Amino acid sequence: MFGAIFSGKSAPELVVWRPLRFVSAPNPHPLPSSVVREDEPQLVASARAGDAAACEELVARYEDKIFRLTSNITGNREDAEDAMQDAFLKAFAHLEGFHGESRFYTWLVRIAANEALMRLRKRRPNHFSLDQPIEGDSDLMPRELEEWSPNPEQLYAKSEIDTIVSTFVEQLEDEYRIVLVLRDVEELSTQETAAALGISISAVKSRLVRARLKLREKLSRHFRQGAPN
Amino acid sequence: MNCKGVIREISNYIDGDLDPVVQQELERHLGHCEDCTMIVDQTRKSIKILCDSRPVALSTDVRARLHTALRRKINNDPS
Repeated sequence: MFGAIFSGKSAPELVVWRPLRFVSAPNPHPLPSSVVREDEPQLVASARAGDAAACEELVARYEDKIFRLTSNITGNREDAEDAMQDAFLKAFAHLEGFHGESRFYTWLVRIAANEALMRLRKRRPNHFSLDQPIEGDSDLMPRELEEWSPNPEQLYAKSEIDTIVSTFVEQLEDEYRIVLVLRDVEELSTQETAAALGISISAVKSRLVRARLKLREKLSRHFRQGAPN
Repeated sequence: MNCKGVIREISNYIDGDLDPVVQQELERHLGHCEDCTMIVDQTRKSIKILCDSRPVALSTDVRARLHTALRRKINNDPS
């Protein structure tokens, strides 16, 4: 179907690439995702029926976010580009099989996460495990116990905070970073994250609590030091 | 519930995913423990900062390269 849509002289150009606005949740929880807009089911139905403009809109809407996801998982630009590309290709190729059991974006995230994970595992065989039980909880206890004062928002421009957060997320161990990104950036539910990674809900939760606390530790260490130079 | 119990359940608490009885115990602890209250607040804030962070936009070059590849593959063009 997509060959027909995107080939041929009369076919409209695929790319009218518009900048994507990241829609963030004012309150990150409860989940599921708030990034999905209400017209998505109609867009997907149109895309499945062969509407090139609808396909175009789906790509434009999600490419930046999917690239961020694949970048966050792989930590490698080349792999992230390949994973993103293959994720869209696979999604379009299998759109007939998507019947709306989940949201399209969630479905796309699962495909992209899988593509990114395959590349990460290839690069780091036996390097990380998403489903091994984590023994004990001695590593949970926070060390940083100081107020952030003044607040980060008063100290930093938004773009600086984004850079700081991005750096700290990159520094997290693979198994924590991947779960954190799917849950708190992509806003998948615990169940959706478990399904996307092929691991148990308890494995998601045990990694998520550690990932969130590690992020808090890193941010605390940074923000308690006061204003940037 | 003690401090360790709060930290163990902090993620479930933030997600509103706790049994009501456990939640009540946890909140009773927060009522008199300043450190745990601060940790819960900062963890919640950390998630919010992460959630609100914007993706770095793809550069024009990368975007164009990816889309060209996408169209080429979709059209089954090996060139």
